[in-house]
Amino acid sequence: MVKLVINGKEITTDKSNTVLEVARAAGIDIPTLCSHESLPPYGSCRFCIVEVAQRGRTRMQTSCTLPVAEGMEIKTHSERVLKIRRILVELMLARCPESEVLRDMAREIGVPHCRFERVRGQKSPCHTCQACTLVEQMPMHPPDGMPATIVGRSGCILCGMCVRLCDDVMKIGALGFEGRGMRRRVTTPFREPSEFCITCGACSSICPTGAIELLRVRPQEPLPIPAEFELGLANRKPIHLPFPQAVPRVPVIDPATCVNFMTGGCKVCEDNCQVQAIDHTQQDKIQEIDVGSVIVATGFKTFDPKRTPYYGYGVFPNVYTALEVERLVNASGPTGGEVILRDGRAPKSIGIIHCVGSRDNKTNRWCSRVCCMYSLKLAHLLKEHTEAELYNFYIDMRTPGKSYDEFYGKLLEEGVHFIRGRVGEVTDWAMTPDEEGKLVIRVEDTLAGFVRRIPVDMVVLSTGLEPQADAQDVRRLFNMNCGSEGFFLERHPKLAPVNTFTDGVFLAGACQGPRDIPDTVAQAGAAAAEAMVLIDRGYIEQEPNTAYILEEECSGCKSCIALCPYTAIAFDEAKQKAAINEALCKGCGTCVASCPSGSIAQRLFEDDEVFSEIKGVLAYE
Amino acid sequence: MSKEWKPRIVAFFCNWCTYTAADLAGVSRMKYAANTRVIRLMCSGRVDPQFILDALARGADGVLIGGCHPGDCHYVEGNYKMLRRFQMLKRMLKDLGIEDERVRLEWISAAEGEKVKRVINEMVGQVQKLGPLGIPQKFEEWDKEMEDFAAHVAAKEAESGCACATQNQEMEAAHA
Repeated sequence: MVKLVINGKEITTDKSNTVLEVARAAGIDIPTLCSHESLPPYGSCRFCIVEVAQRGRTRMQTSCTLPVAEGMEIKTHSERVLKIRRILVELMLARCPESEVLRDMAREIGVPHCRFERVRGQKSPCHTCQACTLVEQMPMHPPDGMPATIVGRSGCILCGMCVRLCDDVMKIGALGFEGRGMRRRVTTPFREPSEFCITCGACSSICPTGAIELLRVRPQEPLPIPAEFELGLANRKPIHLPFPQAVPRVPVIDPATCVNFMTGGCKVCEDNCQVQAIDHTQQDKIQEIDVGSVIVATGFKTFDPKRTPYYGYGVFPNVYTALEVERLVNASGPTGGEVILRDGRAPKSIGIIHCVGSRDNKTNRWCSRVCCMYSLKLAHLLKEHTEAELYNFYIDMRTPGKSYDEFYGKLLEEGVHFIRGRVGEVTDWAMTPDEEGKLVIRVEDTLAGFVRRIPVDMVVLSTGLEPQADAQDVRRLFNMNCGSEGFFLERHPKLAPVNTFTDGVFLAGACQGPRDIPDTVAQAGAAAAEAMVLIDRGYIEQEPNTAYILEEECSGCKSCIALCPYTAIAFDEAKQKAAINEALCKGCGTCVASCPSGSIAQRLFEDDEVFSEIKGVLAYE
Repeated sequence: MSKEWKPRIVAFFCNWCTYTAADLAGVSRMKYAANTRVIRLMCSGRVDPQFILDALARGADGVLIGGCHPGDCHYVEGNYKMLRRFQMLKRMLKDLGIEDERVRLEWISAAEGEKVKRVINEMVGQVQKLGPLGIPQKFEEWDKEMEDFAAHVAAKEAESGCACATQNQEMEAAHA
């Protein structure tokens, strides 16, 4: 521990700290342009210069590179320090007259105008001094007439943060310094577009003057990372909160886009995290948990509207899925609840197309059950948010639920239009002037009896529910069955609606078939209760149809042993006969049918019983 | 055969797939030929080839076996076991002069009520075309033939003064 005095204030601190860190911790503001949590001190901008008195000598030193020492007396804002800083600002402004940061700094520190000749040939004045018009007539000093490669209009102060960040932190090394003195500049090797740059944007985001234009480093538009939860309506960073109500509410790192997983570098988030909660070495873990029963609630997949190309999803930007509109009307969504189209306009008329991927022989035959109600809800919210004209195109309104039909009635009163008929297509082909620039919905109005063309600004597709893409794998995993649509099959539609064909495996929610939230909650409760029954009872009931050995007849040929998929058959060496473990036997009877000497029998399905059955069923014509 | 002959088909259905599918076909009010008599077994792997032979011997005109799709067996692989037995049995049935169409193995999952209907209707149509198998009647005919033959031999022997009978007795004595 060392003691030092900063601006007359006595401070005790650890000796590994620098003066800048100590001053900042003490609430003393020392301006800097080149210090960053992820970069070691470098002292290139010189702004953090302070007056240090030690052992009777006074010197000027950059505080970021100055380790604290016993008995130091430091002045951070003495007249001598300020004078140097003013000169520095003026010099930098001459390089970078457009930099907002430098202009602010100049105003703050009291630099009335920039007296230095400008170097790089920038045309626009810096606005710091009122005599700027003179600047235009000043002799330019383009050092060698070279075009600036990566530095844009606002100018580089050669602090080197970008170079150090790209090289030391991101471990890419796409940038470097070139030349000396007046010719020194930041650029890519050979001033060619860099092939190593990964367009992470670290250089341009750390640049204090905002000078770096990423497109000049690598002429490739950086690809935004679409936010999954916002369905691509907004972008996210590699480290992000998966969704607002995530449990646990902690950010996650996407290894596919995080620079650390590409180069091993960066870790800027780790440097910034005050509680050091970020660990890039964490790995995905597969945890094996022993359980007695399983509730399968794997949910559904929404219908991909690209399978109905005649509705123009993915072709016309203003055709949305209902889920996307759900994000648009949400107050915590990408637009903060404001319904605006992809081109920034507010829609004046909106068409909601029901049964997209439902009740349709071309796609899915079944009714998805929830679309009518969510379409009504969206219609209500859109009406509230936009005051637009709303059209619902439906085949049948299916509102069979508690107070559902009343809600439909309410919407009818609100003036939402309901047109009965399956929409033929959505097109941008205008036939009349009022259809210009709009999306035209072509539909046969089956109540009015003619084909209508309805121009709207926005089309919402009420997409249906489908089984998950990997439903077949899950089904095999749990030895369940699927219905013809691909939803999991219950053991009995009325008597065992949450059971499956495998004991101890239960179903809940839309993995069994399309259903809304109240129904899902009710079913999940039933499934949980069924699972609890097994747990509470403490024992399981087995089917009685197990196989057994007729010992006096068994020849000990062992041919049955390899047949049993449950390894329930063992060979009794002492007796030289097969033995069946009835706890393991599931009662399929494969061994019974295969025993060459007929010395295995199955309870409930004895050979004699089956033969009698055959006799019985053939006893009549 | 009378004009009203209708094929009788014995079906062995797996409890988990085809039997459930047949149930589904019923619940869905699908109509399939009523000539099929279903016997439920836990698994198609339980189908002993003897069951098939017994059914045919007792007068069935066809036998249908329904199991889960390959890879979907409730008991992991019972249906594969059935498939092997079925291939062997087919060769034997061919040698016995029983047509291929009369014995059929089908993979029908619990969701395929429609397939139960199609397969049964198809099979009934095929067996109808082939006509009755009539093994019990054939047994009777063969028995009768044997009896007739025995009677014929006895008559012949009586006629020729039992030459064969004395010869036989001599041979037996020599052997002893």
